[in-house]
Amino acid sequence: MTANANDWIKTQVDSNDVVLFMKGTKTMPQCGFSGRVAQILGYLSVDYKDINVLEDATIRDGIKAYANWPTIPQLYIKGEFVGGADIVQEMFRSSELQTMLSEKGVEFENRALPAA
Amino acid sequence: MAMHAGDIERLIKQKFPDAIISIQDLAGDGDHYAATVVTEAFRGKTRVQQHQMVYEALQGNMGGALHALALQTSAPDA
Repeated sequence: MTANANDWIKTQVDSNDVVLFMKGTKTMPQCGFSGRVAQILGYLSVDYKDINVLEDATIRDGIKAYANWPTIPQLYIKGEFVGGADIVQEMFRSSELQTMLSEKGVEFENRALPAA
Repeated sequence: MAMHAGDIERLIKQKFPDAIISIQDLAGDGDHYAATVVTEAFRGKTRVQQHQMVYEALQGNMGGALHALALQTSAPDA
């Protein structure tokens, strides 16, 4: 990865409380996995920055190296890599995600879990 | 590009011989799988670390030959 991509990614995750690297955008996800995470964040009314990796191949490759994580989406909260779609979904269902958000001081709406 | 479920299982077994693995081909296209992996090696690890260990076992195929692998990982019940 180029140093530039790495720096750019680091700036994004450090300067935004919640960042989602995804395929597509929060309003128009272009991959089911990305859509699942966007949906969860939307459900909890989390204010987050979405970064569409499809717009920039250096970011798309760079983000994989950044977290040593081979797939997209990737969720970051307060600079910390939380996980991909499976982990975020599991954490949402067990309320761990909600706990993490409140512990890290991120505003969200703690709604009841939707029926499984 | 696609991978057989048997190859995925073999690569994971190679790294974690004790693993209990179940793999489901979600779309029947050899490209979208769901896998559950249970191994003692995961004990005390975070979910991110557990998934990273599986990706490592897959030797770079994840995100390449293998597009989508929904993962569920855990250590066996103590």
